[in-house]
Parts: sequence; structure tokens; C-alpha cells
Amino acid sequence: MACDRWNKLVCLALFAAVVLVLLATLSAGAQDTTGEPAYRSFPVLGSRLAVWAVAQLHLNFAAFILGVPIFAVIIEIIGWRTRDARYDWLSHEFVKLTFAAFSTTALLGALLLFLFVGYYPRFWTYMTSIFFPTYWIYALLFFAETFIVYLWYYGWDWLSGPRKWIHVGLGVLANLVGTSILVVANSWVTFMISPGGVNEAGQLTSLGAAINNFTWMPINIHRLIANIVFGGTIAGAYAAFKFLSAETDEERARYDWMGYVGNFVAISAFIVLPFAGYWLGREIYAFNQTMGITMMGGFMSWLWIVQAILIGILFLGSNYYLWLGMERIPGSERYRKFVPPMLFILVIGFLIWATPRSMVVTLDEARAMGGTHHPILGFLGVMSAKNTVVNLMILTTFLSYILYRRANRISTRSWAGMAMAVQWAAFGVAAVIVVFYGVYGYFVESMVRIGFSVYQVLAVLACIVLVMAIDIPLFRGARSTGTIRWGTIAARSQYVLIILAVTFTWLMGLMGFARSGIRQHWHVYGILRDTSPEAVTPALGYAANVITVITVVFFALVMFIFWLGGLGEKGKAKAHGQAAAPAIAGGSDVRPS
Amino acid sequence: MSFLRSRFVQAVLILVLAAVLLRYGIRPPAPWSVFTLYMAIVFMGVLVFVSADADSWRSFVRPLWSVLVDRDKRYLRYGLMIVIPLLLGYYAYTQAAARPQAPPELRAVHPAPPDSIDLRGKPFNISGAENPLRKDQASYATHVAAGAAIYFRNCMYCHGDNLDGQGHFAPGFNPPPANFQDPGTIAMLQEAYLFWRIAKGGPGLPSESTPWNSVMPAWEDRLTEEQMWQVIMFLYDFTGQQPRRWESH
Repeated sequence: MACDRWNKLVCLALFAAVVLVLLATLSAGAQDTTGEPAYRSFPVLGSRLAVWAVAQLHLNFAAFILGVPIFAVIIEIIGWRTRDARYDWLSHEFVKLTFAAFSTTALLGALLLFLFVGYYPRFWTYMTSIFFPTYWIYALLFFAETFIVYLWYYGWDWLSGPRKWIHVGLGVLANLVGTSILVVANSWVTFMISPGGVNEAGQLTSLGAAINNFTWMPINIHRLIANIVFGGTIAGAYAAFKFLSAETDEERARYDWMGYVGNFVAISAFIVLPFAGYWLGREIYAFNQTMGITMMGGFMSWLWIVQAILIGILFLGSNYYLWLGMERIPGSERYRKFVPPMLFILVIGFLIWATPRSMVVTLDEARAMGGTHHPILGFLGVMSAKNTVVNLMILTTFLSYILYRRANRISTRSWAGMAMAVQWAAFGVAAVIVVFYGVYGYFVESMVRIGFSVYQVLAVLACIVLVMAIDIPLFRGARSTGTIRWGTIAARSQYVLIILAVTFTWLMGLMGFARSGIRQHWHVYGILRDTSPEAVTPALGYAANVITVITVVFFALVMFIFWLGGLGEKGKAKAHGQAAAPAIAGGSDVRPS
Repeated sequence: MSFLRSRFVQAVLILVLAAVLLRYGIRPPAPWSVFTLYMAIVFMGVLVFVSADADSWRSFVRPLWSVLVDRDKRYLRYGLMIVIPLLLGYYAYTQAAARPQAPPELRAVHPAPPDSIDLRGKPFNISGAENPLRKDQASYATHVAAGAAIYFRNCMYCHGDNLDGQGHFAPGFNPPPANFQDPGTIAMLQEAYLFWRIAKGGPGLPSESTPWNSVMPAWEDRLTEEQMWQVIMFLYDFTGQQPRRWESH
């Protein structure tokens, strides 16, 4: 637990932030716009860059504090049901990370609000005219979230033993309230992309329709899943940092395990994230073809190549971490032969996914190709090919996890042979379905082809469900080939965890730019035009540079916060002369499953 | 053959093989930008391959370490200290030196259409617009024939008599005229999109990601609305493509 002084400071900062948000909100709602300029200019940086940077930083912290509690409470429930203290410690450790970032999120939110009110008053007045009632809900939810999370964190020992169910209930409640905060804020953001509930003059006709606008639910789902991935990768990076700076084997073992769980959570959610993203993209296209084409085929088309490279790195990195992790599991040697073919599929999939439809070419190259589209590689640049390979990469990653999961277990079930044959068949059938619809997609019209992605996704999900449904009973009570040697994983695996966190943060910034940039010169698409001198949508290179700087600032802030948390720990450890965490090194072959 | 068991040798062989395959196995050759992208991914894959377990990593690092520290490899070490900076310098020179041809260019696949355009003084909604001639299925062949006549009179010189973008004038243009046979062009788009492009041509392209450099003329002053829809019907009919339909929401 962090030191009391630090916690009091956090409490004070958080309270101040919430009060400032409320005051600013009320004043924005009440102000008379007569004589109000439409824009003011932020010094040096310019208003757009200032809002962009603060909004992205706020979103990064918000994603972290909303994502981590989701899996923290799941881990707490596992610990509660299995009576394994390690999970309880881990859950507490995860919430501590959230806790440290909580006040920073609120402060950045308040700062963002000030920027909007001060530098984009016309825009903010308009948004207030639509969403004012939701501001109150948002503020109240924020109060509720603050108190519940505080109670959850500080009541950890108080609500233990027979009262643990109350504590778990608090964790679940914190997540419900946190998710509600997310969906309220999403209604403002999505209204800007796909406004609803307003007449042609932009005046409110239905608040419900403004909230439940066309892209609201896709973004709710997409962000919820992405937040879990993000929280997992940041927690994994934190564990990696602690692993690399650990001074004892026991500490190294504990943070190795923590990193594994963080990465496991991230991969689990990451596997379904592309499906949610595809749904969101499709809905944007269906809502407005101009935005859809701008996003997928227009000036943002190369952004998707950058995205493919980043997601390819995430896939490669996640699998690589699992393969390195198998080295600390006795008995995993028998599965090493699967690594090269899995890597081959991932690399080929990565190559195809990153193949641009519209290539950067010289005039000579264009002439040799007979146009700007390559006659062979052009076939790899369209969605049929990309959907196919991403599904195959997901299947491969899932296979990696299955092999990792059973690395030190030998099933004692009499039906083990048959069960494994069915599992392999499930992988094979899913792969055949994915490839079949991928190839068939080239021979049908685009509307039919778009529908094929649903069959591909269903085949992969069905495979995952079936294989896990067999795997859990198959390895219950299995014979162990040895205990996991936590803490003995190669150090390079920890750098991979850090790379995954940085890559995902950068990717979030990039996708945020895409979502916001497709509005181009509109604050609220088709209703409120951006007439400021900065109305132009920045080019990809500029955007990438801005996002890189924001990512660096975010990690600097995160490291500072974690360092402060560690400072409290050090003081406490010295004062009490004991470590609160349970021992893990060489302790167990039980893993989260 | 123990030589081949070295992870370092295997890594080098995989990289060389991949480079040869990607450079000479694809015809016409992949653009340099795509080739370098592919090789970067292969390099990442090779790094994962050699370092996915401790034995493999040791095997990969051993020759590198040996070159760096072993006394009997000092001449090789000195040689590399000269060759590597020279290679890097040559690479920097090739990137920075002026070339006789235009630099590589990135074009957006499809410029985003506006929601509506001004067509001969009256507003015309692009978003959601359907080809009105398709309602009259009885006259389908007549419209396609009329569209064919319009195409071969006006468009064939650039887009080609096979609609593949290989017209007589095509070699003179950068970017080249669109290849309608390619399933990544008109098959991905609604007919309203084609109507906008034909009506407004190069001059009507949006400002995003400019310059577009398109020499496509604006046909709204030369063709009637019906003629433009007819030629669109011909494009889809001749190539066997289906126009993208609007999604309901």
C-alpha cells in the first residue's frame, strides 16, 4: 500500500480536479455567447495541437484506469474462489497502479475542458447545448467511481475473510460505474463523427438519439476491449520494469508472473479487438461514404499500412513472449518444433497484411507495373486477403497459447488422443473456412464479400470456444512434468513486454487521429464547420510525429507515477521490515487459465 | 554440413533467399518501397527465429562475438570496420543524391467524394444516389450499347479499348489512367462515385492530399446526365464487375 501522505495528496488532487471540472462545466453551460469569439489562439503550439496532446494524454490515462480494474476484479475473483493469496496480491497490485494514475486522469480531463472552453468556445457552447444534462451524469458518475475505487482499495484488508464478497462486489461496481463513464464520454465523441438527434439546423430534437448515435455502440465496444488490452500491456510493462530492476530471485519471480498475467490478459482481449475494429470501420463507411473512403481508401489509406505493421509487431511480440516463456517450463521442449511453422505463418501473414494497395512508386516502376496497382501484389492489398491473414494470425496466436498452457502438463484422461485430434481438426477446419472465404471473396461483388468476414470471424471464434471447452477438462488433474521456474525467463522477454506497451500506446494515438481526422474540416460532421485557421487535417507524417511525442510524454508521466508509488513502498518496507507480497519463486505450476 | 547448423548462417541464408525471392520471384518487380517493407518484416521474423530459445540465441551470437573479440579474426574485424562504414556511407549517398527521375510518389487510392455536387447549376446528392437507368431493366442493353458508343468515342484513348488503362495516351500520363478491369477500382465503389468522377474530372478533385495530377477532363459540359449513367453501366457490364451497393443503416 502506498504511503498515507502520498494518498492524501492524490485525494486532494483528485477532489480539486473534480470540483474544477464541475465549475468549468457549469460556467460553460451558463455563459452568454454574445460577443464571444469563435476561437482563441493557444500560444506557440496553436490550439489544435494543444487540445490534441492533452486529449490524447487524458485518453491514455483514462483507458488505463478503466481497463486495469476490469481484469483486476477478475483476478481477485479467481483468488477468492481458489483461496490463492497470490491472485489477491496481484489484483491489489494492479489496482494500486490504477490508483496512482487516477488523479492524473482527472487533472488532464479538467485541463482539456479548460482548453475547449477557452480556445474553442463556439464549439463548446454548441456541445453544451446538446449534451448539458449528460455533464451532470458524468460528474456524478465520476464522484461515485472515485469513492468506490477508494473504498475498494483501502477496504482490501477490512473487507477480507467472510466479507470478501462485499469487496468483490465493490470491484464489480467500480467497473460498472467506470464503464458508464466511458459510454457517456463516448456519446460526445461519436456525436462529433455521426451526429444524431438534431435537425438540419443542428438544434437538438432528441437527446437520446444524440447519445445513441450511429457510431456510439461500435466505439463503446471497441474502446472497452481496447482499454483491457491497453491496461494489460501497461501492467505488463510495469512488471517488466520491476523484473529488470529486481534485486532478489523472489522479487524477480513475482514480477515475472505479474508480467505473464498482464500479457495474458492483453492477448486474450487483443484476439477479439480486430473484429470490433472492423465492425466500427464498416459502420463508419455505412454511415457516410465520404468518411469511409477518406479513412480506408483516401489520404488515410497508408495509415492502415502503418497500423498493420504495428499490429504485426504486437502479434509477433506476443507470440515471441510466449515462446520465450516456455523455456521456464519443464516439459515444454516437446513443443519447440511447432515454433518455426507458427513463426512462418505469422511472418507470411504480416507480409500480406502490410502489402499496400496503393504503393509508393517511381514513374519507371509504375510503367513496369502498368499502373499504380501491382498486377500480383495488388491482390494482397485488398480486404479479402487482409481479413484472411489476420484471422490466421489470430488462430496461430491462440495455438501458441494452447501449447504454452499445456507445456508442463500431460493429460491423464483416457480420451486424450481423441480430444486432441478433435482440437487439431477444429484448427484445420477454421483455417480452411477462413482461406476459402478469403479466396471466394475475389469472385463476388463487394457487398457479398463484406459479409464473408462474418463467417471468417465466426469460424475462428467457434474454434477458440471448442478448443478451450475440450482443453479445460482435458488437463484438469493432469500429470505435471515439473514446476514453472518463475523468474528464469530471458531478460529480452521483458523488453518485449515494454515494446508491446509502447507499440499499443502509439497505435491508440494513431487510430485516434484516424477517427478524429476523418471529420476533416468539421467539429461536428456536417453541422458545425471548423472555421479556424487550423481546420486542415494534418498529413500522416506530421500526425505520426505528434503522436510519438505524446507517447513519450505519456510514458514519462507513467514512469514518474510508478516511481512515486515505489517511493511509498520503500518507506513502508523499511518501517515494517517486511514484504507484503506472497512468495512465488519455484512455488507452483498453477497458472491462470 | 555442420556449417549449416549455425543459427547465424541460417539467418543469413534466410535473408538472402527472401531477398532473391522477393526481388526476382515477383514479376513485374515489386516497387522498391514494398521490397524494403517486406525485407524489414522478414528481418524481424529472422530475429525472432534465432532468439526464441537460449540455445538458438547462443548459436546465433557465437560467430558475432568471435569476430568481435577473437585474436585470430582481427583481420576480418579490421576489414569490417572499413567495409561497414563504407556501405552505410554509400546507402546515405544513394538516399540523398539527386536522381534523373521524379521521386517516388504516394497517391491515395480513392479521393473521398463530397456529399453533394453542383451539376449545371443545380445541387446533386452523391451520397445515396442510385443509377436511375437501372430501374428500366427492359432497356438495359440499349443503355449499355449507348454507353459503349460514348466510351469508345471519348474515353478509350486513355483507358484503353479493353478498359484496362492501357490506352494510346496512357504512357504519357502520371498517374496512369484507371484500370477498370482491376477488381480494386470500380468494383469497390458505388455508381454515384463514378458519376462524380466523370462529371467533375481532375479539376473537381478535393483538396485533401493534393496535388492529384489527374488529367481526366470534367465531362459534365460535354455529356448529359443520362449519358454519364449510360457509360457507367457500360463500364460495369464490359468488365463483369458489380457496383458496390449502399448499405442500409
